[in-house]
Amino acid sequence: MSPNIFTPKRFPVTGSLILIVLILLAVSPLYAPPYSVILLTAIFMYIVLTVSWAIFSGPTGYISLAPAAFFGVGIYTSAILGKALPLLVVVGMGGLASFCLALLIGALTLRLKGIYFAIFTFGLVELIKNLLLWYEINITGTRGRFVIVVDNKTIYYVMFIILVILLLTAYFIRRSKFGLALQSIGENEDAAAHIGINVTLVKVSAFAISALFMGATGAIIATRWTYIDPIIAFNPLFSFTPVLMAIVGGMGQLYGPILGAAMLAYLEEVLITKFPYHYMLLFGAVLVVAVLYLPNGLVGLIQKWRKGDWGQHANT
Amino acid sequence: MIATILDAVLLGLLLGGLYALIAVGLSLQYGVARVLNIAHGEFIMLGALTTWTLYTVFAINPLVCLAICGPIAFILGFVIHRILFKPLLASSASPRVFEGNSMLASFGLLFIIQNIALIVWGPEIRGYTYLAVPVNLAGALFGANRLVTLGFAIIIGLAFYLFIARTRTGKAIRAAAQNPTTAGLMGVNINNVLALCFGFGAAMAGIAGMLISISYPVHAAMGLEYTVIAIIVVVLGGLGSIPGSFIGGFILGLVGTIVTYFEPGLTLAAYYAIFILLLLVRPTGIMGKS
Amino acid sequence: MRILEGEGVTQYFGGLAAVSHVDFNVNQGEVVGLIGPNGAGKTTLFNLISGAFVPKSGTIKFKAEPITGLKPHQICRKGLARTFQSVKIFANMPVFDNVILGSFFGMSNSIASADAARVATELLEFVGLSAVAATPAKDLTLANQKRLEVARALATRPELLLLDELMAGLNPTEVAQAMELVARIRDMGISIFMIEHVMKAIMSVCNRIIVLHHGEKIAEGTPQEIATSRTVVEVYLGE
Repeated sequence: MSPNIFTPKRFPVTGSLILIVLILLAVSPLYAPPYSVILLTAIFMYIVLTVSWAIFSGPTGYISLAPAAFFGVGIYTSAILGKALPLLVVVGMGGLASFCLALLIGALTLRLKGIYFAIFTFGLVELIKNLLLWYEINITGTRGRFVIVVDNKTIYYVMFIILVILLLTAYFIRRSKFGLALQSIGENEDAAAHIGINVTLVKVSAFAISALFMGATGAIIATRWTYIDPIIAFNPLFSFTPVLMAIVGGMGQLYGPILGAAMLAYLEEVLITKFPYHYMLLFGAVLVVAVLYLPNGLVGLIQKWRKGDWGQHANT
Repeated sequence: MIATILDAVLLGLLLGGLYALIAVGLSLQYGVARVLNIAHGEFIMLGALTTWTLYTVFAINPLVCLAICGPIAFILGFVIHRILFKPLLASSASPRVFEGNSMLASFGLLFIIQNIALIVWGPEIRGYTYLAVPVNLAGALFGANRLVTLGFAIIIGLAFYLFIARTRTGKAIRAAAQNPTTAGLMGVNINNVLALCFGFGAAMAGIAGMLISISYPVHAAMGLEYTVIAIIVVVLGGLGSIPGSFIGGFILGLVGTIVTYFEPGLTLAAYYAIFILLLLVRPTGIMGKS
Repeated sequence: MRILEGEGVTQYFGGLAAVSHVDFNVNQGEVVGLIGPNGAGKTTLFNLISGAFVPKSGTIKFKAEPITGLKPHQICRKGLARTFQSVKIFANMPVFDNVILGSFFGMSNSIASADAARVATELLEFVGLSAVAATPAKDLTLANQKRLEVARALATRPELLLLDELMAGLNPTEVAQAMELVARIRDMGISIFMIEHVMKAIMSVCNRIIVLHHGEKIAEGTPQEIATSRTVVEVYLGE
């Protein structure tokens, strides 16, 4: 019996449930209080960052510490182009700019061992921040820019659209040849190369796709922040939180990063005003604990619990 | 300031000594314990801010703080390795998995330490002056504080080199760096060696922090930039080569001094440019094994 | 016709010549054995042929076309597949997915999903793993993991298959089964180049044998010639 990518969805119920949730979310700005709309926008943002991070780093095991860099590129695109072009185009350009940057980085570092990739992406946020600071101080003379103002409902809908497109993309990648190839690269890159997979091309493509969504998200969220400068835009926190959320949620299933992001984003919103340093301390500790004791995240926990309950459940 | 090439070289050495110290610490942790400790800069920051407190609050001479910061950082590093990285090593399915997991764990550590520092010291930038007297050397003026930094970096580097090359523990460390499994079979207490190296790396970071604090301002978020620099130096010297990191530190220090002279804001960009060149041409670095 | 040909192939690791000016060839339809003491450079030679490493000097031709310097995935698509000494299966993926990846990516033309699935099912049948198609590869026995590697390699529709110590770690029954598998692959028309330590297997199934020692070719000939060659016997007994 052929498993995995050819078996039809076993639970059409899940599909309908998801559809209902999506519809509810789509109409909520009409009924919900403005604070909820803003909160949901923030949660959507984190889900996008986390799921797009997981598209590449999940299956391949190449840990990217660059989300903040792509996010920041999107933010800056918005600041620069926001007044000149329509909103959706700006968001698209934010995505495109990050996509191109990722192609460059990928072509440079993904031919080498994973450690070089991780190292390079780690320093990237600091580098771009410094470069932009220098540029703004010495060349343009500005320090910080104002971003166009957009009303919260529009921001919500744009973020929602990005989220839906991303989830569809992530879903279809998982079920495709491309997704299978990504997984095999994570399992054994040498073997994958020897059965005809152009591993560098596959890696760079996935990396660039994930960057695209991070950039688009940055572009739209910048309109909520309204004032940005290199230090605000390129904040290592936005590399840390998606990674944390993906690991806590678990990357074995698509819902893992979504769960992790939703939970932790909500927790952050609750804690950030009262305990700004304490909650980050907590998050740091959560990451350490998760890496030590929960390497497969909540998804792993749920799968184990199911296995325990139902006895001989195949561990896929 | 840079009237002659000699000035540039001397200034470069001053900065380079600092970089070399920081990089050797990180290289120890990666080369032997196989942990890419991206929280390395946070130990530097702790050393710096602790020294600031000890000097401004308790009037303890910063050079004496060396004797305090070093050992405390060592103990901290040793303990952290025992309670965090050792269990992680045991639970990781392969070296590659451990490399990824330990990096993630150190990422978490980064935020833990930085936020503790923010809670204790707040986000403000701190500084103090100590030994800021000019010293005349070969016709140019250098701050005594920077000369002290260079002096210590060299002394520590040499002391460490002798330790590694001559003592029994040093030999054990070298063996563990080459091949942990075989070393273990040969009777080396591998767990102790790994934790020891991690501790030494942390100690070097703490001491470097103290040395930085006598010449530059310090703040709770200062660590990240030093970690990035340390990593670039380690790659430049060759991943896994401790002498390579030492040499790489001086090279990058020289480059940094020259770039700062022409365009101060672009030093990190210059380092990254070197990094990119390295990745394109010779990723294994100066002394790395291909 | 020579399906595989190597001339003066040389590779250094550190200062040492792992493979030193080795000439070799495999004719279409042949089963050629590659033997030698441990450290002789056999797997290194395979790595050079499959594109995992690039030789310092020398040329390698596949179907009369030079392949030196090509990437592994390009060489695979031309029709050269291999298995590995340390079994490199995709451990957490089901057996079926392991094989179908070969069909999806290993052939020179792309293939429809349904056809790929059919090929994978047939190959699992061929190697005897149909019963465990849904099992994660890491849960298989060593012998079965080796069969999986073979099936995956065959899914790329190779004309030449490099087998690296297929029989290592197998008990006598499993060795006999592996030998039989090799014979069936040969009967499919696929040329085989195999590294092996199990002498019985090599002697019975190979048309020709090449012997390496310290990176150099020290003998080449039929199983009969090799078995009676004094050079070879000394090398093996001396080790």
